[in-house]
Amino acid sequence: MPEVTKEQARKFYETMCTIRCFEESVKKDFLNGEIPGFVHLYIGEEAIATGVCAALRKTDFVESTHRGHGHCIAKGADVNKMMAEIFGKIDGLCKGKGGSMHVADFSVGMLGANGVVGGGYNLATGAALASKMVLKNDNVSVVFFGDGASNRGTFHEAANVAAAWKLPVVFVNEMNCWASTTPYRTTTAVENISDRAHGYNMPGVIVDGQNVFEVYAAACEAVERARRGEGPTFIEAKTYRIEGHFVGDPEKYRKKEETMQIFHDTDPLTHFLGILPEGIEFTQAELDEILAAARAKVAAAKEYAVGCEYPDESEFYKDVYVD
Amino acid sequence: MRKITFSEATREAMAEEMEKYPEVFVMGEDLARQGGIFGQFKGLPDEFPGRVIDTPISETFIVGGGVGAALGGARPVVDMHFADFIGVCMDEVLNQMAKIRYMFGGQAKIPLVLRAPDGLAGGGAAQHSQSVESFFIHIPGIKVVAPSNPYDAKMVLKAAIECDDPVLYFENKVLYKETGEVPEKEDEVPYEIGKARVEREGKDVTIVSYSIGMKNARAAADQLAKDGIQAEVIDLITLSPWDKETVLNSVKKTHRLCLVSECVKQGGAMAEVAATVAEEALEYLDAPILRYGAPFTPIPFAPTLEKLYRVYPDDLVKGIKGVL
Repeated sequence: MPEVTKEQARKFYETMCTIRCFEESVKKDFLNGEIPGFVHLYIGEEAIATGVCAALRKTDFVESTHRGHGHCIAKGADVNKMMAEIFGKIDGLCKGKGGSMHVADFSVGMLGANGVVGGGYNLATGAALASKMVLKNDNVSVVFFGDGASNRGTFHEAANVAAAWKLPVVFVNEMNCWASTTPYRTTTAVENISDRAHGYNMPGVIVDGQNVFEVYAAACEAVERARRGEGPTFIEAKTYRIEGHFVGDPEKYRKKEETMQIFHDTDPLTHFLGILPEGIEFTQAELDEILAAARAKVAAAKEYAVGCEYPDESEFYKDVYVD
Repeated sequence: MRKITFSEATREAMAEEMEKYPEVFVMGEDLARQGGIFGQFKGLPDEFPGRVIDTPISETFIVGGGVGAALGGARPVVDMHFADFIGVCMDEVLNQMAKIRYMFGGQAKIPLVLRAPDGLAGGGAAQHSQSVESFFIHIPGIKVVAPSNPYDAKMVLKAAIECDDPVLYFENKVLYKETGEVPEKEDEVPYEIGKARVEREGKDVTIVSYSIGMKNARAAADQLAKDGIQAEVIDLITLSPWDKETVLNSVKKTHRLCLVSECVKQGGAMAEVAATVAEEALEYLDAPILRYGAPFTPIPFAPTLEKLYRVYPDDLVKGIKGVL
């Protein structure tokens, strides 16, 4: 287990709070009709993005998903520009051309959310190939994916190549039990998706995805292994999708009380004090202060986003091609 | 001037670009050990150790991994073995390669070339003979090229590799073995993606084609010349974004248009040219547009049927004479 300082723990909590507040704000604004399109929230899963990205350098790469706000924040994207993107504004990370499902910040190695479920594996593996075999640097690539995405064939092709060539990739499975409206076990034979890792001759580990310290430890090991040239690791982080598949999902396929009970029992924020590593202490007041600061930061981001303009016609044909 | 094959010309282009840019590499099935299924990569693995990579049979990785490698800072060339197999990795082309730059607001560049050998090769039948370029000219964000001779094969490939946008490079399997004049490196003229070439000037009819279809165009023009009919022949070279101006200027001069390609005629690349000319230069046309392409069937195996699938110069000659 890597040593974690109080400062790091504070940072973990701060990142998780920022993600939580961001998502709550987006939810409210989406329901108010202020945000176009559709959004998928990361509430309850904050510890995974936070723990994994804390193990990465700025130059490492992240391939994210349609439920990608958490990954983007944890990788270090500017929250104001990110919110502006979700509002579709010109000052957003992608000039308002991507939105929630295609948010990206290349300046911090966040290579983008992906609207295609399972679309990220090969991109991450290719970026890792470039790092190891072409450019000979030691960048590591992480790809996040849900249990639903784990059934895409693209996983097989990427995992096989990553393992065969010992590429610096970390496959991070956010096992949140739901593929949109379909419960995981109705479509998948294995109890643990990480069981499949062994079929690729890559280590597969299971962590409590609600415990940021546990996630961080597993991620550090996987990232170091990747950087040493020893190849990919499969991390299965057990979590639960607290929100509907998208904001506005009537969730007729499950019982709200059950979901709320799970959230109550596993919320990575409210349980933070109980999982602190030995020797690190926080008072509730300290945590409350961090949460309040995160809330203020997100409120400012919302204000920034609202104040930005939508892209005008001059942007329409830009960025289709470089040349 | 020296003469080399189309295949050798592409090999030279690869070698020169790999020499010039250390971030260029190539991956695909059977490239290093076999030299490519048509020998188009022969010798490169020895010249550039570690930069010609044999992949597993994993098309979504070959293309998706190529896109990822481009994002990671490399300049990949990926090979599709047979163009037909792009179907396996359509998402990687349609939703990843073509969209990443735009949807991320210009943050990313995808300097990737997807090489795809296409066309009828005698008995390849339904899954190893297709010309699939038309699918891709419908997708903003990628460029599509299809050279028709060795010199263009080399210069277009070099331009594609140097291009910061994703380029689909269709190379016809029959053309691989054909030889043509290719100048020495110091006398080469770079190709600019998006430019067509008036290969032969004429005043009576404009024949437009690309890739293997140019054989029909040239042969028809030769035959017509014997009868005193002067056809202007245009090689599009780039199918997307295509050189509208060169075609429109020619039609305004000749007042007749004949289009030919080997791909399925319905919804084919030439349909776009025809529609554009109809939209923008209808008043200059003295006759209906002629359009030749493959019939609306999968490609049959039996030689007797495959023969029916092809377009012949005589078809064009007959058609053109009918509208003069």
